Amino acid sequence: MAESTIKLDAKIPEGLLAEKWTKYRSTMPLVNPANKRNLEIIVVGTGLAGASAAATLAELGYKVKAFCFQDSPRRAHSIAAQGGINAAKNYQNDGDSTYRLFYDTIKGGDYRSREANVYRLAEVSTDIIDQCVAQGVPFAREYGGMLSNRSFGGVQVQRTFYAAGQTGQQLLLGAYSALERQVGMGAVDMFSRHEMLEVVMIDGKARGIIARNLITGELERHFGHAVVLASGGYGNVFYLSTNAMGSNVTAAWKATKHGAAFANPCFTQIHPTCIPVSGDHQSKLTLMSESLRNDGRIWVPLKKDDSRKAVDIPEEERDYYLERRYPAFGNLVPRDVASRAAKERCDAGFGVGHSKMAVYLDFAASFERYGHLEANKNNLHGLIQEEILDLGRAVVKEKYGNLFDMYKQITGEDPYQMPMRIYPAVHYTMGGLWVDYNLMTNVPGLYACGEANFSDHGANRLGASALMQGLADGYFVLPYTIGAYLSGEIRTKSIPTDHEAFVEAENAVKNRINKLLQIKGKQSPESFHKRLGKIMWDKCGMARNEAGLKEAISEIRALKDEFWTDVRVMGDVEEFNPELDKAGRVADFIELGELMCIDALNRNESCGGHFREEYQTEEGEALRDDANYIYVAAWTQKEDGSWQLNKEPLNYENIKIAQRSYK
Amino acid sequence: MSEGNMNITLKVWRQKNSKSQGNLETYDVKGISEDMSFLEMFDVLNEKLIVEDKEPIAFDHDCREGICGMCSMYINGRPHGPLEGVTTCQLHMRSFKDGDTIVVEPWRAQAFPVVKDLVTDRSAFDRVIAAGGFVSVNTGNAQDANAIPIPKTEADKAFAAAACIGCGACVASCKNASAMLFVSAKISQLALLPQGDPERQTRAINMVNQMDAEGFGNCTNTGACAVECPKEISLENIARMNREYLSASFTSSED
Repeated sequence: MAESTIKLDAKIPEGLLAEKWTKYRSTMPLVNPANKRNLEIIVVGTGLAGASAAATLAELGYKVKAFCFQDSPRRAHSIAAQGGINAAKNYQNDGDSTYRLFYDTIKGGDYRSREANVYRLAEVSTDIIDQCVAQGVPFAREYGGMLSNRSFGGVQVQRTFYAAGQTGQQLLLGAYSALERQVGMGAVDMFSRHEMLEVVMIDGKARGIIARNLITGELERHFGHAVVLASGGYGNVFYLSTNAMGSNVTAAWKATKHGAAFANPCFTQIHPTCIPVSGDHQSKLTLMSESLRNDGRIWVPLKKDDSRKAVDIPEEERDYYLERRYPAFGNLVPRDVASRAAKERCDAGFGVGHSKMAVYLDFAASFERYGHLEANKNNLHGLIQEEILDLGRAVVKEKYGNLFDMYKQITGEDPYQMPMRIYPAVHYTMGGLWVDYNLMTNVPGLYACGEANFSDHGANRLGASALMQGLADGYFVLPYTIGAYLSGEIRTKSIPTDHEAFVEAENAVKNRINKLLQIKGKQSPESFHKRLGKIMWDKCGMARNEAGLKEAISEIRALKDEFWTDVRVMGDVEEFNPELDKAGRVADFIELGELMCIDALNRNESCGGHFREEYQTEEGEALRDDANYIYVAAWTQKEDGSWQLNKEPLNYENIKIAQRSYK
Repeated sequence: MSEGNMNITLKVWRQKNSKSQGNLETYDVKGISEDMSFLEMFDVLNEKLIVEDKEPIAFDHDCREGICGMCSMYINGRPHGPLEGVTTCQLHMRSFKDGDTIVVEPWRAQAFPVVKDLVTDRSAFDRVIAAGGFVSVNTGNAQDANAIPIPKTEADKAFAAAACIGCGACVASCKNASAMLFVSAKISQLALLPQGDPERQTRAINMVNQMDAEGFGNCTNTGACAVECPKEISLENIARMNREYLSASFTSSED
């Protein structure tokens, strides 16, 4: 563990921005096919990034072992992504280009991401769509047989490819099928229901992992010449989020214990359109895709505490506050901006629903618009209003039917008849393990891709860019860059797992598990998780301030002590034990929560999803401090457990930094 | 934790592991709100069991928004419960009445052995996909995505088949524990698209062979699978799969 500041070299290739990746890719060292067969790679996580990386690495000839905690790699949480995936195809002829996607992403991220990484992402975005179509991913199409596109937030072109409201599912099943093909050929060993609990370090390099077989409880040692973490984001630190119940930070957190830096932990994305919390029993929150903002208009009543039904409030008594505040982008402002605007209206007393912590997302205008279009297209004249609306509802159903069904299931209300009620919820984490241009952490041989790394989204991610980044990393970036490292490892023979480093690592895991089981306290892991989530949401959520963050840090420290003296973990070690799995994950979330607050406290500015109340413009917009904070905050843990701040300065050579404006 | 006024009696299958025998146990859950999901009721029950120093009930669940396919329970004898087109995690307590007794069991099929309580092992599905549920296209092989126009109607049919979440309700609902709906959904998706065409014969043969090897039963056209499928995958896919398989068996160019 580092005692003083470490030097973080991003290893960005020389040359012009638009040529860096091509040139680097063409000149990096290679591994010949015969040597690839002797090189083993461990991939942890089988979401978009992990499945695509594992499949592609195996296609290249490497020996791959892939791990996931779910019962099948097909269930990783990428499956739940709804709205779409961006690519600079310019199929709509509306002025899109690699540069524009690059620029939109940097600006959307509020100028806190690396130019070279983001440019590369925009460059490979088009290859992703080609690859997925070739795999048989059934994207939405127009009547002419060509691919369809729609709009997403923070963008004025239509570059989002989609498959109804199930784009993540279709892309993941594509990557999963590529992965299973390699499993069938024996090129990938797949370990489902396995959880990675330790990185094994030998001579300063990552050389394997300790994983727990979640069915038998057995600890297993696995060697790899390199280890790739594609274990997703940490939104569940808030307890309530749109993440799956099992999504966790544990794999990434184990890496920090071996010196890996964790970058920008406080950059979390609160998604503006989620189904509001209905009570204390709530276990998770459900997203209503950003794509709905293409066709829905967001509003609250002009009058405070207006208890009339939405349909009874006349047009002139509604406040379409996003259209009012941001005429240029309207309902399609980026997520951070839309979320804060919803919070502002609700805090001011204009919220709707019984909790008053919700705003309307209304499709009435779209039903009417699409209805007229359909009527004209089909030569139907003299229809009454309700018939026209029904035609429009059918169009909306085709685009978003599964989302409307989900809304109805969860709330018991029919969104075809009345507006949806929505409120912001934790959705994605831009922060993550620090990686260089090669996607390698500062620990040699240890890589991070997808949401698990911090690399491309700065302080706020644009909609439909997570799928793009996960697949870019897994299909088109990591398979190249890892070769540059492995070309130096061709003389390293597989290390037998009775090596003392494996023994020690396994013992460390065993001791921790035993410790958890032996506390035999009174409170369940779930109850600690809930309490952590409440601290995080109240004090490190959509708005943060110095006093609140300081309180949160001391509350979390106290919670940690309480956890380790009073948690009750039922069941035994050597069996299927979801309570034990949860306890380990909650313990890591507690430590992460503290670091997130420390990071938020350090960053005395507002940018993207990080909003410090002390730093805002007169209109309530985020106020950056470029003179002092235009850096990546990468934290490493010291021997005594405290955190060391390391800075990677961000250099903007191609983009002129400006105050972000969507007005 | 009590925030509602429904009281429910649950009879839940408890089984320590795949080797031990299981039995139904009865639990009273009080103060349930109708806005809770079915799984949130299990959360409440499990927290209560922990307080009473009893082992919580193991059940599979993850996304809790009806898309990952992890949740899997017979609820009163029906996979995913009484509603059509809905997974267990999207079933809410407003679909039940105060005072109801609900029986909850794990999937029952030879190819899905019980791991613990309500958790089963569905890795047979992965092996069926590994046998042929893909297009053999390495990363980097692809041409431009718009190079082959695909009629919207065909693309829509492929999408409808691809919506399968691999939960296994089709197998659980079938008196023969047949996996035909699952397997046919993937065969159909790829047979309907030009990208899947070159391998359509080997795919149909290999996937069906693997399905049989896993111990799934045969199809007797009862149609329960399509009724219980939370994604409403159509029986047409089974007809298409039979066509694909038969034509491949007769005309396959492979020796």
